Amino acid sequence: MTTIDAAPTGRATPERRAVEDPPTRVDRIFGFATSGAGVVVFGLLVLIGTFLVLRANRTFDSQGLDFFTRVEWRTEAGRPAEIGVLGLLAGTVIVALIAVTIAVPVGCMAALYITTYAHARLRGILTSFVDLLAAVPSLLYGIWGFLFLGNQIVPLSRWLNRHGSWFPPFRTTPEAQLTGSFFIAGVVVSLMVIPIITAVTREVFAQAPAGEKEAALALGGSQWGMVRRVVLPFGRGGIVGGAMLGLGRALGETIAVTLLLSQTPKLSMRILENGGGTISGFVAQRAGSDPVTVSGLMAAGLVLFVLTLLTNLVASTVIARSRSGAGVDA
Amino acid sequence: MTAVEDAPVDLRSTTVAGDRPERARPSRRRVAVKTPTERLVTLGCALNSFLLVWLVAARLTSGMGWLAFGLVWYATFLAFTYLTAREQDGPVAASDRLAATIIGSATAALVVPFAWLIGYIVVRGAPALRFGFFLHDQAGVRPDDPATAGGGAHAIVGSLEQVSLALLVSLPLGLLTAVFLNETRSRWRRPVRILIDAMSGLPSIIAGLFIYAILIIAFGHEGELFGYDGFMASLALSITMLPTITRTVEVVLRLIPGGLRESALALGSSRARMVWSVVLPTARTGVTTSVVLGIARAVGETAPLLFTSFGLNYMNANPFSFPQESLPLFVFRNVQKPSQASIDRGFTGAFVLLLVVLSLFALARLVGRDRTGSRRRSARRRSAATSKETP
Repeated sequence: MTTIDAAPTGRATPERRAVEDPPTRVDRIFGFATSGAGVVVFGLLVLIGTFLVLRANRTFDSQGLDFFTRVEWRTEAGRPAEIGVLGLLAGTVIVALIAVTIAVPVGCMAALYITTYAHARLRGILTSFVDLLAAVPSLLYGIWGFLFLGNQIVPLSRWLNRHGSWFPPFRTTPEAQLTGSFFIAGVVVSLMVIPIITAVTREVFAQAPAGEKEAALALGGSQWGMVRRVVLPFGRGGIVGGAMLGLGRALGETIAVTLLLSQTPKLSMRILENGGGTISGFVAQRAGSDPVTVSGLMAAGLVLFVLTLLTNLVASTVIARSRSGAGVDA
Repeated sequence: MTAVEDAPVDLRSTTVAGDRPERARPSRRRVAVKTPTERLVTLGCALNSFLLVWLVAARLTSGMGWLAFGLVWYATFLAFTYLTAREQDGPVAASDRLAATIIGSATAALVVPFAWLIGYIVVRGAPALRFGFFLHDQAGVRPDDPATAGGGAHAIVGSLEQVSLALLVSLPLGLLTAVFLNETRSRWRRPVRILIDAMSGLPSIIAGLFIYAILIIAFGHEGELFGYDGFMASLALSITMLPTITRTVEVVLRLIPGGLRESALALGSSRARMVWSVVLPTARTGVTTSVVLGIARAVGETAPLLFTSFGLNYMNANPFSFPQESLPLFVFRNVQKPSQASIDRGFTGAFVLLLVVLSLFALARLVGRDRTGSRRRSARRRSAATSKETP
């Protein structure tokens, strides 16, 4: 604290004095505590990465680079373990891509409805409804998909297979079982991703400049013309960011996938067939097994950690840029 | 509007025009609202496409299932809508109508599965819910006993303890981080904010795996503090809660007018005093909202618990030793059992979990709305939305 020299010095011009603000002890503690919290957050992520690497070392040592190129995951007693993450990684990416493919159009259009089509009152209701949707535990979606929705999707899978086999992912081996497929898991996961994408894109669309929107309407544009020429170009960064964010969530989605897929690693584009697994689902299913498997799980978890971290970093950068008003060329 | 004299006399104005000739005011047109004709056309399109698809589906293909049927019906309906609108109003209006229809139905795609999910869980879970569910555990209950036997008290106690412990860890840390991000001038604010964003997208199973890797493998012995127990679970949960709390609080802190801070500083208070006496009390409701949202997030997390608290069939009220059950684990393990009674038990747990989450969410809304003016309310709503976008 600076003290004020109260002695009146008459007409003499007061001396210039340097204004100092030395931090008090409380201030120093405050600064220490807050930066400490920042460091903890920073350190936590580093620690997570480090310890996953440490625990996964055993697998990396025994498997070498084969870990990244092998599809199978065999840990049987009496034989050297053959652990590979490729099949699980492929499953993770496929399920996430299916989920995002469904969720991005639906989420963006719902966001458009909320921001530009709905009445003011409906807009408020729908906005908090989307928040509520995002708060519903994924476990509930998981058991719904596991015991109900999954079976309802099987006829759709069969129909897609019968009429869409010109599209390679829809092909199956003859007489293949269609339950427990990547497609079903992807549809269920998409239901969990839609609220996130809707929330992000809604926020970006809501910031579209009102003047330009009104100008588009005043020039005689239809509502759709206004949306297409003003709102969508403006919100492009938000759409990309929301899609990435949704992708990150879909990559890490665990419980629903554990329940829906058999968690047998496979490398296949045939999304309608039974089988396959994802990293998170596999890890959850093998919780509490022998040390060799656990070390493999740590290695797989590390791959997932890096993958989601990168996706989320890209997503938050894109969203932050689109929020600050700078256009994103993506 | 003013040249009414030349216009044909409005019926309404003639009836009212007793003593004071009123200007014929054009009746207000609501442009956005559909006319009855449009409604009829939409209905007709829906009906036509339904019948067409039904005929084709019934005659030419077999066993397409209601989902595929719905999809084909929807596509045909869109085509019909576009074509009729094009016939009546031209291509521009037709694409406008088509876009409005698609966008409106996307919102239905948001609402319908949710309502269905809620309905399904209520229908499956509510019938077996007895008051005893809150009093008994699963000790001595055999898989094929009726679903009403035993209860989930052990799971509820476990959930309560784990979430409270997690809150004890993550609330101070989250608050401090939010203050760090918003009230200090550190150079590291940007990287930390990005990391918090990244952390909020961290798969929750990684949090469980991490606690397992760092504590349970290294120091864990059965029955001790670092073995499988509720405390480990709460540590993992606090990692998943931390970003939710931090982001919600941070957004609220950002809304506090700078003038308040400046007047506190101008009165000679230190930064710490300013945060403690001005910023945090102003943000009190926001902090409460963040706590409730954090709880809602953590109470439904299942994946991190598989590696940390492991699950148990009977009451263990001590979170610091031996495995412990919690509601999500109770649901997850029961639903996977082969017996129908177990599945029903799982659904009862899911119903209770759903009630908990919904009421927590309602509470967050209520707290966020109370004690704040309408000007702040919209801001808070935005804050809730931002916290949601990267939960």
